[in-house]
Amino acid sequence: MDTAESSSTLNKIQVQRFKPDDNPDKHYLNEETGLWSWLTTVDHKKIGIMYLASITFFFFIGGLMALLVRTELWTPAKTFIEANTYNQLFTLHGAVMIFLFLVPSVPAALGNFILPLQLGAKDVAFPRLNLLSYYLYLAGSFIAVYAIFSGGIDTGWTFYTPYSSSTGGAVTTMTFGVFVIGFSSILTGVNFITTIHKMRAPGLTWDKLPLFCWGLYATSIIQILATPVLAITLALVAMERILGIGIFDPALGGDPVLYQHFFWFYSHPAVYIMIVPGFGVVSEIISTFSKKHIFGYWAIALSSLAIAFIGFLVWGHHMFVSGQATLASMVFSFLTFLVGIPTGIKMFNWTATLYKGSIKLASPLLYIFGFFFLFLVGGLTGIVLGSIALDVHLHDTYYVVAHFHFVMVGGMVMAFLAGLHYWWPKITGKMYNETMAKIACGIIFVGFNVTFLPQFVMGSQGMPRRYFNYIEQFQPFHQVSTIGSYILGLGFLMVFYYLVKSIYRGKQAPANPWGSRALEWQISAMPPLHNFHHTPVIINGPYDYHKPMEEFQLGLAESGNGHGHDVEVTKEGEDLSAE
Amino acid sequence: MANHSSSASESRFMQHHFVDADQQFDAAKMGMWIFLVTEILFFGGLFAAYVVYRLWYPELFTLASEELNTLWGGVNTVVLIGSSLTVAMAIKSAQLNQKKNIAINLGITLALAGVFMVIKYFEWTHKFHLGIFPGEFYSFEGIDHPKANIFFSLYYLMTGLHGIHVVIGMGLMAWLLWRSLKGHFNSEYYTPVEITGLYWHLVDIIWIFLFPLFYLID
Repeated sequence: MDTAESSSTLNKIQVQRFKPDDNPDKHYLNEETGLWSWLTTVDHKKIGIMYLASITFFFFIGGLMALLVRTELWTPAKTFIEANTYNQLFTLHGAVMIFLFLVPSVPAALGNFILPLQLGAKDVAFPRLNLLSYYLYLAGSFIAVYAIFSGGIDTGWTFYTPYSSSTGGAVTTMTFGVFVIGFSSILTGVNFITTIHKMRAPGLTWDKLPLFCWGLYATSIIQILATPVLAITLALVAMERILGIGIFDPALGGDPVLYQHFFWFYSHPAVYIMIVPGFGVVSEIISTFSKKHIFGYWAIALSSLAIAFIGFLVWGHHMFVSGQATLASMVFSFLTFLVGIPTGIKMFNWTATLYKGSIKLASPLLYIFGFFFLFLVGGLTGIVLGSIALDVHLHDTYYVVAHFHFVMVGGMVMAFLAGLHYWWPKITGKMYNETMAKIACGIIFVGFNVTFLPQFVMGSQGMPRRYFNYIEQFQPFHQVSTIGSYILGLGFLMVFYYLVKSIYRGKQAPANPWGSRALEWQISAMPPLHNFHHTPVIINGPYDYHKPMEEFQLGLAESGNGHGHDVEVTKEGEDLSAE
Repeated sequence: MANHSSSASESRFMQHHFVDADQQFDAAKMGMWIFLVTEILFFGGLFAAYVVYRLWYPELFTLASEELNTLWGGVNTVVLIGSSLTVAMAIKSAQLNQKKNIAINLGITLALAGVFMVIKYFEWTHKFHLGIFPGEFYSFEGIDHPKANIFFSLYYLMTGLHGIHVVIGMGLMAWLLWRSLKGHFNSEYYTPVEITGLYWHLVDIIWIFLFPLFYLID
């Protein structure tokens, strides 16, 4: 951009207030209608909704498999399904929940919808690429589902060699499906990073970026750096099965531990793909419902990046008993403890935000409180598992199962539900039944603890994970856990019920039901097709609750773009009276 | 980086969600750079496997490398570097608004990529003829080492994956050539040429690593 030109615009931007419309006639859902407009849309909001529908579907598929697994474990021997079916069920439960639900849950579904709105952009940087990501996700899902019906997979979601390169079934098809989904994940990451760098509205500097965007930014970095390694690893497993290349097969001179290194180099950072965007959701909701500036903005923003960075250096803690060097294990153990620091920083900052805030205990915040308790347990037991001596005892027991469910379900699913409840009025324009939301949150919280707390106990007593049969002393724990899983399932069904019902019967939602200062709430109740009728101008941070609402609803007075990231918006030129 | 000013008339390829052509150009370029990072990690897994096996069986790599034809590998290196030059010249032509030269340079790039693939084809089929197949299909007797198949598994995987990238690049070049013949590119708008050029340089650089790692061991 021409320097003289931009310096002449400096200090001269004329802004005016744009009040959001509570009940707009035209919005993104009714301007273009019909099935074809959905299938070919490049609108990030519609793509977000398509992701939301798809992941909900797969969440219930994965959940159903979990219930079947838990039901089978009611008795120590066979209850109602064969051992081989059981092996396939837990494999698919893991693979579906991780690759088809958790990884795309917050970034691809909620992130797609919210990110451009929070940045003041009309869309993500590459809308067509965004649609391609969705179709790749869908194609990968279909390939994975096809794999289930054409032989099934019994390797566990980790596809460990040499078992995965020699067992029967459709492992090659499944790895190809995951490969395609991984490609979708990479493209979403590329898209989001570019969007955050290049599409911010005038005045939206890095220190005013909402923390949800910081969370998505850190997640995208992990996605682009880790996912390609998984892709090549799974391609190698497929080659191993097709050509017998022998890279991972000891019989041909290869090394199965190399596979584990490759796999966990992706899959440990991937664990953070499944939690860091959740952290972003927590930051948004905590600040909104305590009506208070977020405590330690930079600490929270940078700790997301720190987690992303350290997350790449800890993969060896999955391999303490795989025969890696003792020195390597010690280094990995130490680095694993380090992850606790940025995570702890977040927890303390969130708690400090609540302190002396004017707290409104609405359902999104209630889900966040559930997140606090469950994620705390999940995080601390992670430290336990990161210590070498204890891990040798606890490795591959139900203790590990309980730990990662506390992080992924207790952490990410709770954060996802919180975000879904928080942004639901913006997405659908409807309010859900608040009482039912609170009851469902309670049921999920109770059901979750009943399911997974007994697993900590039996795990520490030596119950190995993935076993079809077990000794009788563990039966009470398994039975309590199974009952808990039914309660949990009931809670999720309730959420599904009242959310879907709200679309048809819910009260009309105002543009900003929570009184939030963030940019996505300063537009009409249902966003317009291109998000903003005006070019938004940002002079305050998204958490500046001490400033009046009208300072958050500014846009360029005249048409034109006022863009270029070197433009500084000052308050001199603004004209708040104009309407 | 863009030479076009935002005050100029906006190109017909300007998309609705960008505020100006500069923003569109910068975003596309950044997106491609990030994608290239993922490509490096994609190949990185294979390079890591290469390092591990070379450390384990250094004598195997010296022995097996002799089966590869350094001359044709070298010719291919020159061909690819030449194609990187021509794609850079295509971008320069676009910046200078020499529309005819864009098409000529893209055409040469496409042809050089084709030469690379033809040479690669003859190298591979020659080895297949000798019984040098990847993995468990390996049946060559000429290398006195029990793990000789591992070297060639890596060779076929890495050059094969690189070859796939060359083929994708050829598809992109053909598309650009078609568009440039229709006169889509000028000094105001040449984003696809620029970012495909970036991709093509990466494909070139990966070969520049592959060539010494396989052909030039001792």
